[in-house]
Amino acid sequence: MANGLLPQIVFYFFAALAVVSAILVVVSRSAIHSAIFLITSLLATAGIYLQLEAEFLFVVQIILYVGGIMVLFVFVIMLVNLDVSLHQLQFNRQWLVATVLAIVLGIHFSLPLWLDRGVVNLPPPSAATMQPNSEMIGQALFQNYMLPFEIASILLLVAMIGAVVMAKRRI
Amino acid sequence: MIPTTHYLFLSLALFTIGVVGVLTRRNVIIILMSIELILNAVNINLVAFSRMFGSVNGQIFAIFIITDAAAEAAVGLGIIIAFFRNRETVLADEMDLLKW
Repeated sequence: MANGLLPQIVFYFFAALAVVSAILVVVSRSAIHSAIFLITSLLATAGIYLQLEAEFLFVVQIILYVGGIMVLFVFVIMLVNLDVSLHQLQFNRQWLVATVLAIVLGIHFSLPLWLDRGVVNLPPPSAATMQPNSEMIGQALFQNYMLPFEIASILLLVAMIGAVVMAKRRI
Repeated sequence: MIPTTHYLFLSLALFTIGVVGVLTRRNVIIILMSIELILNAVNINLVAFSRMFGSVNGQIFAIFIITDAAAEAAVGLGIIIAFFRNRETVLADEMDLLKW
């Protein structure tokens, strides 16, 4: 990737978009708004994948997450949407404690990264290019990761049967 | 060149927001969406480290995590539909059939 200002602008733009829409997912009142903000967040993440030279994952993220999983979410929201649920309390009783504890957890994770930033020194991005990306992923997937790939296909089959059985009216 | 730490901070922020969503919301569908946020944050970490090491293995793991997220969403939404048919609610704290 060219050393310039453009990659940084792209990264910080997509990062800010992802974080802001993730916050809106959690705080927005209606579930359909949450779903739309989650789509925005996932698309921003896809942009970050593209900036990280993971083109195959960029396409998979858009086709599978935004095109598949989120359509399923929106479909189920339409199916079970209740107007009364908009007027009910959206947060549970322990929301304050939970938020504080989650933020403490986040600070706890970020402190070592921040305090030891001069000490840890993660290596800079490797000069090795991962191009052609799809070809390399395909070769790794069908050579080194053959067994996990097959297990993932069995997992998808089990999930599909399970979802059909659970959503069926009578078994 | 953007240091890998910045990707880790972005991933951490998304993870924390997802945890807040899981712990505080009452709507089960939004809890599932927050879980998707958490899995997505993990994927950013994996792809950033994959870029750092110049190896494609991290991206393979990210693909497997996306597969898991798809399976989890399908089963979770199936459970939600089945529960909604029985109890007419999608609120997590009203799901107390096992609580006597």
